[in-house]
Order: sequence, then C-alpha cells, then structure tokens
Amino acid sequence: MSAAAGTAMHRSAPNVYFFATCVIDMFAPDAGIDAIDVLERSGVTVHVPLRQTCCGQPAYTTGFPEEAAKVAAAQLDLFPEPWPIVVPSGSCCGMLKHHWPKLFANDPLRLAKAEGIAARTIEFTDYLLNVADLNLAHARRSPLRVALHTACSARREMGTLECGRALLQRLPGVELVVQAHEFECCGFGGTFSVKHPEISAAMTSDKLDAIRATGCDAMVSADCGCLLSLNLMLEKRREPQRGRHIASLIRERLDASAGEGAGR
Amino acid sequence: MHAEAPIKLADFHANARAALNDPKLRDSFSGAMDFLIERRARQFPDPAAFEQLRRVGEAVRQHALARLPELLVQLEERLTALGVQVHWAETAADANAIFLDLARRHDAQLMVKGKSMVSEEIELNHAMAAQGIDCVETDMGEYILQLDGDRPSHIIMPAIHKTKRDVAEIFHEHIDGAPLTDDVNELIAIGRRALRDKFASARIGVSGVNFMVAETGSLVLVENEGNGRLCTSVPDVHIAITGIEKVIEKLEHVAPLFALLTRSATGQAITTYLNVLTGPRRPGEKDGPREMHLILLDNGRTQAYREQRFRATLQCIRCGACMNHCPVYTRIGGLSYGTTYPGPIGAIISPHLQSLHETRDLPTASSLCGACGEVCPVGIPIPDLLMRLREAGRHSVAQSATPPQQALRGQGEVRQWAEALAWKAWRLLYSHPVLYRLLVWFAARLNWLTPPWQGGWTLARAPLRPAPQSFRDRLAQRRQQRR
Repeated sequence: MSAAAGTAMHRSAPNVYFFATCVIDMFAPDAGIDAIDVLERSGVTVHVPLRQTCCGQPAYTTGFPEEAAKVAAAQLDLFPEPWPIVVPSGSCCGMLKHHWPKLFANDPLRLAKAEGIAARTIEFTDYLLNVADLNLAHARRSPLRVALHTACSARREMGTLECGRALLQRLPGVELVVQAHEFECCGFGGTFSVKHPEISAAMTSDKLDAIRATGCDAMVSADCGCLLSLNLMLEKRREPQRGRHIASLIRERLDASAGEGAGR
Repeated sequence: MHAEAPIKLADFHANARAALNDPKLRDSFSGAMDFLIERRARQFPDPAAFEQLRRVGEAVRQHALARLPELLVQLEERLTALGVQVHWAETAADANAIFLDLARRHDAQLMVKGKSMVSEEIELNHAMAAQGIDCVETDMGEYILQLDGDRPSHIIMPAIHKTKRDVAEIFHEHIDGAPLTDDVNELIAIGRRALRDKFASARIGVSGVNFMVAETGSLVLVENEGNGRLCTSVPDVHIAITGIEKVIEKLEHVAPLFALLTRSATGQAITTYLNVLTGPRRPGEKDGPREMHLILLDNGRTQAYREQRFRATLQCIRCGACMNHCPVYTRIGGLSYGTTYPGPIGAIISPHLQSLHETRDLPTASSLCGACGEVCPVGIPIPDLLMRLREAGRHSVAQSATPPQQALRGQGEVRQWAEALAWKAWRLLYSHPVLYRLLVWFAARLNWLTPPWQGGWTLARAPLRPAPQSFRDRLAQRRQQRR
C-alpha cells in the first residue's frame, strides 16, 4: 500500500449530501440506491436530506420561474454543512449549479444561499471520477460493450461526457462504443416531450436506432430524464433492452467481482 | 411567373407532423445539415480559438447595440454625405410603400434582387407583383423557389428542401427551352442564362445588407454567386434594405464578423464575393448605380432592443449555424415554422416581429439541448431567450416577476388557465415536504392506477408509471436492514 493511500485511511471519512431528484424518487429508485452504494464503496458517508423534493427545472424551463423559485426556496436550508452536494442526474445538477442563483437575482439573502449551494453542487460521475477515491480495477472483467448517453445541458454546462467516458474506461472489460450523432439530443427535453410529442418521439427514436446500431450490450447514462424517455419508448416498441444509470452498471460490476472473490 | 405565396402562420403542429412523415424531406435535411455541421467543424478545429473569436464577435455586436440610436444617426449622416438616400420604415407596409414609390418614380417594371431575408420578411416580391412590378430573385436558390411559388426553408440555403430532380422539373416547366436534365452544372447554366437577361434590362437592383458601417457609411454584402454584385452595380438604381440592428461602429469590426459568418454559415474561410459599397457612382467612375437608397426596417426590432432581457436577440448575424445544428429544425425543416426566419433564431426573433401569441408554438418547440447556443458565433444565449419568451407568453406584465418596460406584443396571451393552475399545484406539493412525501407515498402504492393514456407522452412511449417502491421507501428499508 502506498503512503498516500495509508494516510487517506486515517483521514476522517468525507461526507456528501445526496440530492436524489424527483424522477429518481418516483420513477427510478434503483439509480438512486445504486449511486449511494457506489459512493459508500468509495469511502464516503452519504447524507440524504429527506425534506428535498425537486430541483424545479420542469417549471423553470416551461416559463414558470416563479413557481420554480418557490420550490427551490423551500430547499435552500437543507444543506447546512460545507459538504459537496452530489446529484445523480445531470440536468437536475445543472439546475442547482447554474440556475438556482438566477432564480434569486433580486433576493440577496436567498441568492447568497443559492450561490453557496451552486458552488458545492457536483454531478455524480464528476464526483466519482475527480473527487472520490473509488478503485474500479478489481471490478468484474467479463467483456461488455457499453454505449453512453449524456444529457445535453449537463454535457454542455459541466462536461459530463468526459467524466462518464473516463469512468467506463476504468471499468475492466468494458469497451466504450460511440453511437452516431452522439452529441444530438435524445428528444426528452422535459415538457417539450409533451408539448411537441411527435418531434420529441422522432428524436428519441433516432437516438435509440443510433445506439442499437453500435451493437452494444448495454446502454448507460447519468441522466434519469433521458433514460425514462428512452426506456419507455423501448417498452412501447416491445423491445427487451433497457438503459440503466451508470451507477447501476458500476455497482453490478463491483458486486460480481465480490461474488467471484467469495467463490474462490 | 408565379407570385410568391404570402406568408401564412399555419398550424405549426400540423406542419411539423407532415414534415416528420415525409421521408424524402427528412433525408434531405438531415443529410444537408450533417454536411454543414462537418464543414463548420473543420473551420473551427480548436474550441479555444473559436471561443476567442466568438468573444470578439459578441463584443462588437453588443457594443453596437449598446449605442444603436447614435450609430444609426451617424450612419444616416455618413450615407447622406455620400449621396445615399436613407429611408426609415416602421412596418413591412411602410417598406413596401417606399419600394413602390421608387419603382414608380423610375418607371421600373422589373427589379432584380439579391438574396435578402428582410425582403422576405416584408414579402417584397408579392407586394410588387400586386402592383404589376416583376421583382426577380437572382440568387439561384431563391430563383428556383420563386419559379415554383415556394418559400425559403433556410436563411442561407433557401432551396435546401428541393432535390436535384425537383429543380430539373421546375426549370423545365418555367424556363422557355429548358430541357429536363439532372446534370447540376447544366441546371446552373440554364438558371444563369435565364437571369443574365434580367440583369441587363432591370432598372432597379435590390439587395440586403450584412453589415452597415457607421463610421464610413459602407454597406457590406457577403455572397458567393456574384448576383449580389450584379444587382448592386448594373442597374441604374440600387435599393438596399435591412433591419436597423445590422449597424456596426467601425470598418475594422467587419473582419471578425466576416470570419465568423462565413465559417459558421457554410464552413468557408472566405466567400467568393465580399462587396463593400460606399456610395453611388461618382463622376468619372464607369460603373455602379447612379442612385442609391437604403431602407432601414424596424418591424418589431425596437421591442427586442427596448427590453434588456431580449436585446441579445439582435446580435444575430444570420449565419444559420443554429438551425444547422438544431435537432428539431433538422427533422421538421424550415417551412414548418411558418415564419420568415426558421429554426432557433426564428423562434427567438419572430415573437418580436409578429407577436408572442402568433408564434406561440415556436419557443416551446425546443428541448433546450443548447446546440444552437453552443455554435452561435456571436454568443446569443438562445436557450435562455427561449425560456424568457415562454415566460413572457404565459405572464401578463402584472403577473410577471421580471416585468418588461412595456408589454411585449402578445404578452401573457399564450397563458392557459389549466397550465398555470397545474404549475401552481405543482408548486404547492413540491414546496411542502410533507405534501410531497404523501404524493410519493401514494404514487408508489397506487401505481396500478396509472392512466394508460397520458396525452402526448404515450403517443410513442409507454405510460409513466411510478415505481412500486419509491427511492424514499427503499432508503428507509436499507437503513433498517443495516441496523
């Protein structure tokens, strides 16, 4: 063991807040639980403030910023300690990080709180890659071809594509495959998918076709809105594949290796 | 020749649906846009260098807009001193009246016109045709559309929705003696021959303007075909028309904007022609128009100028990169928008030119993916502007948290009580943790009640069904197990 790793063991375990997002709470609980599991394996203590609800993005982007501000305002005091706030869904993370301060431009007290939160907010794959000390070298080694989809706003605001790619490349046996038009939106776009369902569906359908054309074994993302839209279209098409949160893949690969180890 | 059809703001949804169901259209758009994306990417290989140039372009445009009234006054003074007559038009009708007056004064039955989106905006061809004046498009793409009675679907490549075959048939039908041929070079030659005669006989040449330079009174025109130069130098009279926002302060400001424009638009480092027109023909000069006019059109631009939240809209240099990169535009094409300017720039400028209500479906027809803002060469925050327009459409001045100085045209007229009520209910549930927790608790346990039909969502997707155990439930369980 290196000296650096030794001192890391003696340091008190880092703490993080976990902002689960309403989509994970109601529609994709596996993603949230798996993300917490993976964070804990990296030696982090995860705190989940139970009074959290939604980042407010749906109202904000639909033209009701006042409603979004009220929902955000109710959550400004949930993160009192100076710990990072990890968000397992890219666009929600961007909402806290880049748009919460905009909601309180005319409210200095709340603005200060929102800015404090924004400065500590970090997207899950970013945290895992650049802050946490998670060893993936011993994960399961069986070959797996994986396609990665990143939410557009998160990719453009926070460079999550590079984080996601780097994480997948650290997983032994995993081969990253890249779909055509990788940078193109999957068509979810929140209320866009309801207000303009035909256009949205055409985009989602093209995204699924591009991913399928890679011949991948698995599709992952760190964005539960996109995943919901992609998966429910797959369900409607009666196709068996489903995309998963990248945390679920990482957890599965780590679990399988633990299983292999125990069997030996 | 057909009169150009007037612009009708038809049902956006119906237009989009029809376009999505037209595989030929979708193929031609996605192929063309992929090509343009690739060409542009090759011109900007280094993102940091692009960012740096973009900052310069943005600064030039913001600087000009910050001083817009004084620069326009300076421009008018310079132009007047050069012998150019300046006309101010508040509306499309005003602009057309000026054209008609000039045409009558010069007894012109024929005008030749270079590519100009502002002339599309005022429907010049249609207005002139109604008075018996033939206004002929000389840009090849626009000429094809005019022959066919069609409208541009892209601001740079107007006939992008036409195939080679379409063009062959249009020429064969409308140009005397044109054989039916699929050979592109031959088609171009046929079009050019037909247009040459027009240049020679037109009394008036019409053009748009890319940049107006306040300090020199120069009108800068960027083009590839040479028809712009012919329109502005062969006929006796040149009438330029453009929007008031196109003014920049200095001649040296043209360089960065030109570099950004051509690279962003067509992936060219430079265009074939860059015309800098500074006044009409002077005594002793052998060519150039004897008379030169500039029509400065407002048509709603002052609304975007007046409101600081929307002013960035006017930074646009009309390169079209936003539409080339837009996943919505690529799929539905430009005509579906039903406005002069389609795509992301159309969605943010049209509400000012027309009204929020008339253009109500455009700001929402975006997933806010940000591709447009990412490539915009002058840094217009297009997704932010789309959100602000969504807000303005749904809130009257009194309802608005960020009220405009004056109500925008159509302010609050997009509001639907059901939508407003739904967000109020959402706010109530999501800003009270106890209520929210109850909502999640019931949603998980009553998930079997999920309606199979959920409006637009279930058109192509399975219904949104809450998981039988919420994240909260699972978290509580997990804690229990660990104890």
